[in-house]
Amino acid sequence: MKTGPMTEQLELFGCIQCGKCTGGCPVARKTVLNIRSMIYHMLVEPELDVSAHEELWDCTCCFNCVERCPKDVRPAELIIELRGQLVESGRIPETIGTALMGVFRQGNPTGMAREDRTAWVNDGNPDSRIEIKAAQEGCELLYFVCCTAAYDLRVQPVARALARAFQAAGLDFGTLGTEESCCGSGVRRLGEKGLFEMLVEENGEMFRSVGASRLVTTSPHCFNTFKNEYGLDGIEVLHYTQLIAELIEQGRLNLSNEVNKKVTYHDPCFLGKQNHVFDEPRAILKAIPGVELVEMDRNRERSLCCEGGGGRMWAEGTNLEERLAFQRVQEAAETGAEILAVACPFCLLTLEDAVKVQGLDEADQDGRTLQVMDIMELVNLALVD
Amino acid sequence: MESQPRIGVYVCHCGTNIAANVTVEQVAEYAATLPNVAVARDYLYMCSDPGQEMIQRDIEEYGLTRVVVASCSPRMHEPTFRGAAQQAGLNPYLVEMANIREQCSWVHTDREQATEKAKSLVASVVGKAARLKPLEEREVGVTPGAVVIGGGVAGMVAALDLAGAGFPVYLVEKSDHLGGRVAELNRVFPALESTPELLEPLIEQIQTHSNITVFLNAQVADVEGFVGNFEVTVSGQDSNGLEQSALRVGAIIIATGYDVFDPHRKPELGYGQYPHVITSLEMEQKLVEGDLTVNGRSPRSVAFIQCVGSRDEQVGNPYCSRVCCMYTSKQSRLARELLPEADVTVFYIDVRTFGKGAEEFYDEARLKGVRYRRGNVSEIIRRGDRVVLVAEDTLLGRPIEFEADLVVLAVGMEPRFDAGTLSNMLKVARSSDGFFMELHPKLRPVDTTVDGVFLAGCCQGPKDIPDTVAQAKAAASSALIPLLKGTVPVISETAVVDPEWCAGCGMCVDVCPFGAPALDSVRGVSQINAVLCKGCGACAVACPSKAIYLQHFTPEQILAQVDALMG
Repeated sequence: MKTGPMTEQLELFGCIQCGKCTGGCPVARKTVLNIRSMIYHMLVEPELDVSAHEELWDCTCCFNCVERCPKDVRPAELIIELRGQLVESGRIPETIGTALMGVFRQGNPTGMAREDRTAWVNDGNPDSRIEIKAAQEGCELLYFVCCTAAYDLRVQPVARALARAFQAAGLDFGTLGTEESCCGSGVRRLGEKGLFEMLVEENGEMFRSVGASRLVTTSPHCFNTFKNEYGLDGIEVLHYTQLIAELIEQGRLNLSNEVNKKVTYHDPCFLGKQNHVFDEPRAILKAIPGVELVEMDRNRERSLCCEGGGGRMWAEGTNLEERLAFQRVQEAAETGAEILAVACPFCLLTLEDAVKVQGLDEADQDGRTLQVMDIMELVNLALVD
Repeated sequence: MESQPRIGVYVCHCGTNIAANVTVEQVAEYAATLPNVAVARDYLYMCSDPGQEMIQRDIEEYGLTRVVVASCSPRMHEPTFRGAAQQAGLNPYLVEMANIREQCSWVHTDREQATEKAKSLVASVVGKAARLKPLEEREVGVTPGAVVIGGGVAGMVAALDLAGAGFPVYLVEKSDHLGGRVAELNRVFPALESTPELLEPLIEQIQTHSNITVFLNAQVADVEGFVGNFEVTVSGQDSNGLEQSALRVGAIIIATGYDVFDPHRKPELGYGQYPHVITSLEMEQKLVEGDLTVNGRSPRSVAFIQCVGSRDEQVGNPYCSRVCCMYTSKQSRLARELLPEADVTVFYIDVRTFGKGAEEFYDEARLKGVRYRRGNVSEIIRRGDRVVLVAEDTLLGRPIEFEADLVVLAVGMEPRFDAGTLSNMLKVARSSDGFFMELHPKLRPVDTTVDGVFLAGCCQGPKDIPDTVAQAKAAASSALIPLLKGTVPVISETAVVDPEWCAGCGMCVDVCPFGAPALDSVRGVSQINAVLCKGCGACAVACPSKAIYLQHFTPEQILAQVDALMG
């Protein structure tokens, strides 16, 4: 591949090789990925053999590099562009191909049937099935569920808790039901530009036709791409933590049941460092009676990535052994917290998996266990209808 | 009534600045066909000596009574051409400029259209030129004395030079002491002299100088007037206690210094969270005390991080703060001397040692064992009792985790948080970085957009002590020009009242921001004090009887321009 056109397009000439990008890159410590050195190569060499850089699939698109860069270079965008080269030539890991095909055919990366997208409303108990309005009939608030929350059994309760809270607060909300399709955040970050553009067009059109003034998401990944990459003028895009914090502030949610737990909170990259939503999740936790919030050393801007972003849910990367999630749950355990609270479906899955692999879910010598829960699951425990 | 005016038109190429987009020869040919034009020429650089001589020769040869120069903005060269005409015996106000550079060649790309526009602009100005009237050049006296705002090194040096030339100087300092930021430092590079050694003689001279009045805990509250005659209101305390003083001076020097970057704005560096992480200014204090312990323990590893809050778009400071490389070199060297057993490491992006003796000083720091590692630190986290610098060593090409017991953030300089207030009060412009703006980056480094107001020190941009002193002396020297000359020119394009038309309504008195018009109690008509008039034209617009006109911008002249444009 010729380096010139891409170097120019991404304005890499601004780089002063300070190393803050690679220095702050969470995966650079465990794989050979070195984005600073890759930018240097782009600047000084005429050619780059992309196929020789398998580590390009290691990037989690946490955007630490983008946030830290003092010269407004966007290093992660280079990785996305280079992945695009690999996608175009078909040189991609099989799992990624499957995920992209799933989005193309069924509107979700797992490839599960579109008709089953609304299965999340049912927790198996016929009495607790939630009736949800079709947004197509018109509503003030459009709730975008997210593929992971719709299909993954571990995440479905988060969506149900959100729907219950919206109902409790008396909001006029609806979902797109089986017509909801993947937001494309992971698709874009895996370099599949064409498919992403198609999703932007189709989803954007559907959102606008609903006529809702606000769009709320379960996942920070959907939130980020709708807010920053869709150009949804006239529709306010919110992550659920922002909306729930607002409802609590307005006194529209009755959080009266005590949840007597020591809780620490893990900032998701796409919510925290990329969109600076740090305070709302903490405000929610503090509003739950009985919760004692403790902080990990690496919090807010320095939160450690769980490795679920940038398409990494469908690509293992080159170093499976030293998962960042393992390190992260240890940091959570060091605080003495019983619950590691998250606000992202991917963080929920990666960190819960890490807790199990590390055996932190089993009682330690003090009888303590660590459990990973979404903030909404805690709200659900505290909420009185 | 003068006979028909004889106009000379001079179209400038400005090298290729104009000629690249405007066919100047065609503009000159066209100008020659306009009414009253006796001669029209084009030339490579009209502002050059041969260009000016060409105009002067034509004034004599063709008996020109008006000159039109089609070139750059009048801000640039109007004084040049007026001066040239005056030397040739023409009243300078009979010269008018058409701006075909900023308002034409620089902003258009279509040569044909740009040339047509240039012709229109020239025709318009020729129309006005035929109706120009000679005006008298005027001067007013200068109040001997100066106000210097800021009692740091810059302010003190400027005050001493002005006072030494025999003028009264009022030194206004916001805090309760003189010395500014330098008073917070320990020893200074490259000679490592102690700051008391540097400051005490200066302060002593200030305090004993009979021409200098010092106001401590004081601020400039208001500024009125213009070059030569400012009235500065200072509120605060002098030795007699709290009071407001109205000071009449001929010049003002701004020497308000800088603010230190607050590293809370880089939360990833853990400042305010870890006691191990301090700013370079806090390090100065530790060096004064000779005690570098953290949490009661002597550090085994001391790390310095350069460019904190400088060269950083994330915090809106794209500029280099110019002093951090050298003070880090100094502090790291002193840390080595205090802690011979400890590792001292500097994390840097580029090392900039441009001052005299600076590179040699940096050499010595390295030879004393200070390690320089290339790569700026991305974040700081805690590990046990220590902190870990998370970075990439870009020369090794690999991420590193570097443990340290004491971390010094080399914080940069920022504009004073209240620079905007002073900027509004004095109408002095600031550049995009927020520091006060010099009038020309190379040729007018201490002048400002306001005549009679000058800049010294870091209020204009980051600089070290030698550069600050040099600029302070330059500012004092520039301020001395009007003070020593004793007079300053004032504008001639003032407003005039025609008493025949004036109904004495007083609207001009209400709208004038400078208090120039007043109603004559006997005749009941308005009169304008030409010394106070700034030529803004507000009264001429407000006058319902059209009794007021602004000289050099009369309705007749402006309508002639419009007529030519409507062609």
